[in-house]
This record gives sequence, structure tokens and C-alpha cells, in this order.
Amino acid sequence: MSGTAATIDRACAACLRRAWLLGALVAHFERCSPRRSDLSGLLALPDGDLIRALGGRDVPVLRDRYRGFSPSTLRSTLAAFALHVVCRHDPAYPPQLAEAPDRPAALFVAGAWERFAALVAAPSVALVGARRASGYGLEAGRVLGRELAAAGVTVVSGMALGVDSAAHAGALDGGGATVAVLAGSAHRPYPSSKRRLHRAIVGAGCVVSELPPGAAVRKWSFPARNRIIAGLAQATVVVEASVTSGSLITADCARALGRDIGAVPGQVTSPLASGPNDLLFDGALVVRSAADVLDLLFGAGVRPAVRQRDGSELRPTLRTLLRLVESGRPTLGAIVAGGSDAGSALVGLAELELLGYVRRGPAGSYVRVP
Amino acid sequence: MLARISTFAIDGLDSVPVTVETDIRPGLPAFSVVGLADRSVREARERVRSAIGNQGFAFPARRITVNLAPAWLKKVGPGFDLAMAAALLAASGQVEADDLARWAIFGELSLSGQLRGCRGALAVAEGARRAGLRGLILPRDRALEAALVDEIEVAGIEDLRELAEVIGGAGAPALPRAAPGPRVAEADAPPPDLADVRGHAGPLRALEIAAAGGHNLLFEGPPGTGKTMLARRLPSILPPLTRPEALEVTRIHSVAGVHHGGGLVRHRPFRAPHHTISPSGLAGGGSIPAPGEVTLAHRGVLFLDELSEFPRSSLEALRQPLEDGRVGVVRGQHAVVFPSRFMLVAATNPCPCGFAGSDRAGRPCRCTDAEVERHRRRLSGPLLDRIDLLVGVQRPAPEELAGGPLSSSAEARERVVEARARQAHRLDGSEATCNADMDTATLRNRLGMSASARDALMDAYSSGHLSARGHHRALRVARTIADLHGAEGVERAHVLETLSLRQHGPAEVLAA
Repeated sequence: MSGTAATIDRACAACLRRAWLLGALVAHFERCSPRRSDLSGLLALPDGDLIRALGGRDVPVLRDRYRGFSPSTLRSTLAAFALHVVCRHDPAYPPQLAEAPDRPAALFVAGAWERFAALVAAPSVALVGARRASGYGLEAGRVLGRELAAAGVTVVSGMALGVDSAAHAGALDGGGATVAVLAGSAHRPYPSSKRRLHRAIVGAGCVVSELPPGAAVRKWSFPARNRIIAGLAQATVVVEASVTSGSLITADCARALGRDIGAVPGQVTSPLASGPNDLLFDGALVVRSAADVLDLLFGAGVRPAVRQRDGSELRPTLRTLLRLVESGRPTLGAIVAGGSDAGSALVGLAELELLGYVRRGPAGSYVRVP
Repeated sequence: MLARISTFAIDGLDSVPVTVETDIRPGLPAFSVVGLADRSVREARERVRSAIGNQGFAFPARRITVNLAPAWLKKVGPGFDLAMAAALLAASGQVEADDLARWAIFGELSLSGQLRGCRGALAVAEGARRAGLRGLILPRDRALEAALVDEIEVAGIEDLRELAEVIGGAGAPALPRAAPGPRVAEADAPPPDLADVRGHAGPLRALEIAAAGGHNLLFEGPPGTGKTMLARRLPSILPPLTRPEALEVTRIHSVAGVHHGGGLVRHRPFRAPHHTISPSGLAGGGSIPAPGEVTLAHRGVLFLDELSEFPRSSLEALRQPLEDGRVGVVRGQHAVVFPSRFMLVAATNPCPCGFAGSDRAGRPCRCTDAEVERHRRRLSGPLLDRIDLLVGVQRPAPEELAGGPLSSSAEARERVVEARARQAHRLDGSEATCNADMDTATLRNRLGMSASARDALMDAYSSGHLSARGHHRALRVARTIADLHGAEGVERAHVLETLSLRQHGPAEVLAA
């Protein structure tokens, strides 16, 4: 990691110390296994009370270390990891985040600083959902991410497996307007299998976290991270989630902040749909496409979604092929049964794939890219 | 009195001349075998003793010493029985021994004196010709196989009495009829035909291209969609075996004991080992090196179902055979090289649960993308590098089932043979015989690629549809498609079709 690029440092010593304290208390948080409601209360405590509440036997040691904390050491670490930092006393701190009592003291940012500032200032939507998502959920997350980003909306999510990553990947496709909020340090991909996605987001959007480098990731870090996702976004859309999913925590946080909640309807028979369907039953906005979200943010019809390419601009042979894929004939076999020969159908499908109209699903199926 | 008889030991796939010397002298009755004989050879004493008695000959009650020369060569198996019995009969003067030097004798005895089948008859017959012998005596049901070697007289016999007659100068009995019995007919049945298949346009096209260019192939699809059924039909569209190839295959199968006993093997082998097979079972091995599945599939098809279930060590063992077309087995002081030019067809589920992308209602895939990625990573690496075509197999739609077959094997084979002829013409002077084996220099010089084809390939490369390694493999496949079309150069359409036959997994797409 190069420490040569000048990093932006807009944090006061007190806030840095607070961020450091959270990192030092990671294991203590875990030990007292805070329930969801407690976590928000704990995070809202001032430093001294927090040490008393969680420290247990370690209180004297923690106090000593707290007093001996050196902001300059942390600052040089940040420079080494190419992380920017902004604290809640700075005007550049995202104002939408400042409302809550349990707001993060400082945000560490990986990615270009100007981009971070622009992304948090723009209208933003959180897209969250299940890790073990279905193909439908991944597709929905991806398409929403892409069309929202293309319409100039910042897509906020948590870079988890499943829907989160699909939303980020979609947003990167749609121009890169995306912010990933991590449960660990911002410079370190978590989960580590998403290294490539992490690199892409740092390059085109930005990655943020309230924890300094070196903080371990524990169970409680995820609900804590979810409150930042909800806080950064004007609205939270749940794509696919079982009733125990962490995405519903994000929705809860959004509700507590008085933000809008949307959900993508799912099949009533699927356990993955129970989360969003319950939200819909309770009055969440029905999200059928990016247009629904854009109407919510800007008022009906004010900012139309970028229209998808409907294929009318294609050659007739390719258009016919595309219509076959769209009409539920997603395999070569079914296409050929419609009357063309295998060789030329394969040629046409490759052309459509290169042009970005279809992509390959599992086991030789073709999926229309919306 | 001393008698000397030529026989052969099987070493790898070849036969090594062995001389059986039998000496009978006065002394306490004893029967000893010397000359690095293993257990099964020493047990021959009991078989020989009983067989001689049961056939009405006299077992000499004197001191008998049998020496198997050369003494440094380890001798294994029951193939020396007949030679030992013949030497004994000759040494004891019970048969006329004048003409013994012209024969090689090879076979296993039963206690009754009847002969049993033996492995490696063809290899022994070739050895006999090399050694300049004029004839070979061996069990009757292997006579057709040995008779594939010209220039030597083959005597297929039933029992020891017949042996005595042949050595005594009665001449070789007539060869068994060439018409195979029902057992042989079943083992030698032609491979199943493409005409039985409904739907599966993509996989069929891939099979034809694979056959035409010698490309390795991977089928990916949910369970029960027909991956195995399709793979079994690949031998039916490969060019017929040439005579030298057929001899090679017959020799291998005979030595390995999987030969059907009806003379020449006429169809390309199809081997489908289960995924619990050991690495040495796959590549060859054992304390006495025996050919593995890769060698049994020589000139044919090796099918690995459930590729991801094969242990990593087994897949690693496939590397050398795939790369070099032969596999070396070294055991102790012994090194053997087995040929292994086969086409690899593999099949795998798209994800651990098997139902990713399945259109069957009520069977959604329940795997996370991490699980799918892990599943795919198990496959990746050295083996996937050698696989040119990756094709999805889906349950045929109802309208496909209603239609007729897309092609018969005979038609497809005709196109394949034509395409191969075109390749042979183009590759004349290089070592490769088909497009899949083309080296990089040949690939560069003799491809004949049009500008638009090059553009399509670069598009695919820069948009991430092809990896650097995939790029080269794609070139070979595109060349084969051009050959199937009878085209002189590789056109844009050929490249595009190639791209469609290289499957991209959902995991790769998401990680973009």
C-alpha cells in the first residue's frame, strides 16, 4: 500500500480517539452480546460511560490506554493505508448521518476524497438483501443498482455476498456511483472473496467504515454497520431477505430515522421473500423497478429511469433471437426448436452477448440483461 | 534330459522373450522353479502336475528343475504354465521334440489340462514375430487375436493333448470362425447413435465440433438432463479406427484383460471410471505397472462424470497424459510408458445442489454465490486449461422432445471425417493431427483469420468474455468450426460461435 498519495485528514483528536476506542472494544462488545436495541444505546454513550459499561475487569487497563492514545500514530497509519478520515465536527461530514444519537464519530474513507464528498451529497438509496440470494434477487439487485446509478443516485450497500454485491456490481456498471459500508476497516475487503469488487469500488466509488485499520470483525459489527448504511441513504430498499436477515435491521434503522423504506416483492412461497413481503404488508413502497425509487426520491415522473435498450435497433435476425430469449425460451435447444439451425443461433447469441443484450446464466441458459 | 521352449512375459504393453528350460535327472522326486518367479508362477507347479496327469501323460517321478531365463526379469502371472508343461513333456520324451524351437508357447492351464484364456495374446504374437519364431501356440479363444499378426502361424488349442499333437507335427488346427459369439457381440456392440437423441441442439453441435477438432469438452448441467447419454454417443461420430490404431487398442485391452476375445477391436473405446477411482487407477500404476483408464481410453473417449467429485490428486494425475498423450509409470527399478491419446469429456453440476439455472418448477437452486464459486474453483486450474468447449446441458423443452432427431451419427461422422481431412492437409508437416493439438507457431502461421474475425475476438477479449488462455483455445475451436464449414479462412461467424460454446458461469459474471 503506498502512503505517498496525500490523504485528507478532517478529524479532531477526540473523534479519532472515539474511533480507536470502538476498535479496542470490539471483543468487549461481542462478550456482552448486545441485543439490537441495546447496541444503538451503547454506541450513543460517551467514551467514559462506554468503557465502564463494557470494560468489565479491563476498565483500568482500557482507561490507561485511552489516556495514552496518540492521534498522530493513528494518523500516520491512515496515511499508510491511503485512508481519508472525516469526523462529525467537520462540515464535510455527511449531514444525513449526523441526525442520529449513535452516529459514528468518524468515517474512514477508501477512494478519492472528492468522489466521496460528491457521492454522499447526491441523492442516495440503500440496496440491501440476503447473502444466500436467489438468481431473482441477484438480478433485481443488479438491475436496480445499475439503473439508479445511471440516474445519478448513489447506491449504498454493505458489500456482503449476494444482493449487496450484486447491487454494487450493478452500480459500477451504471457509472460507479456507489458507496460500500464495511463492518471492518475500509481498506480491507470483507468478505475477502470480494477483493475484486472492493478494488473496483475503491476505484470508481468509495468504501467507508467507522472503524480504524486493525479492528477485527465480529458479529455485532454488522448491525452497527447497517445503521450507517441506513443513515447515509435517503431511502432503504430491501431486495430479498428471510425474516432473520440483517437487511431487516437496516430497514429498522431507516424507519427509526424516519426515512423511506421500499421492498422488491417476491414469490410468496419463497422464504427469501418473507422479509420484503412483510415490509410491503406494513406499508413499504413497492419497488418494481428503478423508476419507482426515482419517483419516490424526486416526485413522480420528475426524473425518468434510463430506458433499457429494447432491441428495436438490432438487425432483424438478432431481434428475433432476442425476442425468443425474452419470451421464455432461454436455452439454445428451445430456440432451435423454433426453427433456426444450431450454428447460426450460436453465432447470433454470441453477438447479442457481446453487445450486452443477454448474458449466460448457469448451465447454458441465456438471461436477458434488462 | 533338457528341453528348451520360447515363451513371453508381459512387461507394460510389450512382451519380453523368456526361455523355459526344463531339466529332468535322476534323484529324489522334486519339482522346483527358479528364475525370479513370483508366487503365481511357482504355483504353476501344481497346475502343471495335475494337468499332465489328467490328460493321460505321466508326470516323471524324478528331480525336475525349471529355469525361466533371463533370470533378472521378474516373471508374473500364469502365462508360463503351458510352456512349462510342454517343456516337461518334451524333456521326459513323451512328445516328439524335434520341432520345438519353431514355436512360442503361451497360456494358462487348468487342473484338468484344459487351457484358459490369457491376457496379452496380441503382444505375445508380435513378440514372437520379432523373435523370428515361425509359430505361436496359445489358448483357442485367443487365437483370432494372435492371428492379427501376419507372418506367423497361430495354433489355437483346447488342451494338452492337442498341444502334443501340434508339437508332434500334426500342423495347426483351423482358426475358430470369425463370427463372434453372443458374448463378444455384446462387448463389441457399436456405440449408441445420435439418432436416439431429441433436442439438445447446443450439446450436439459441441459434440460434433469436439469430434472434428479433437477438442476436450465439459458438459455443465443439472442432474438427469442427459450429460452421460450425450457423452456415450461421442465415439459414434469419431472417425473409424484405422488398422494400426485398432491393433494398438486391441493390444492394450488384451494386456489389461478387458478385451472381448473376438479379434480386432473395431470401435473406439469409451471409458467412464467412477469418481472414487485412485490416481494410479486413472493414470496407470501398481507394483507391476498396469495401464490405467487413460490408457484404456487410448484412441477413444475418457468420460469423467461428476468431475468436481474427483479428488484433486486424481485430476492432477490426468495432466501428463492429457499434455503428452502418454503416461510414464515408474515403480521401483521399473519404468513403463503407456500411450494415452484420448478425448476427455467431463460432466459437472453447475453448483453443489445441482439445480442452478434449472427451469424445473419447485427445484430452485439453494446455493450461495460463494458456494457456486467454490464449486467452480474445484474445477479450475490445470484441467480446465485443457478443455476447449464448455457447454451447458438443459432439460429439453416439450417442443424439442416432440421434434425429430437433429442428426444421425452417420451424417455427423461424415462431416467430422471431412473436417479432419482438411486439418490433416493443413497440418501436414507438423506433429499435430488435429486442431486441438496445434502448437502456437502453427496456430499463428496457418490459421488464416479474417480481419472481422480478429475484431470479434478482440471485442470478446477486451469485454472480459475471454481470458488470455481462453483466447488461444478459442482460436483452435474457431479453426475447427471453419473446417466443418469447409471454409478456407476463419470468419467472424466462426469466432462468434466459438464464444457461445465457451460457457461463462454466473460467479464470473457477478464478480465483474
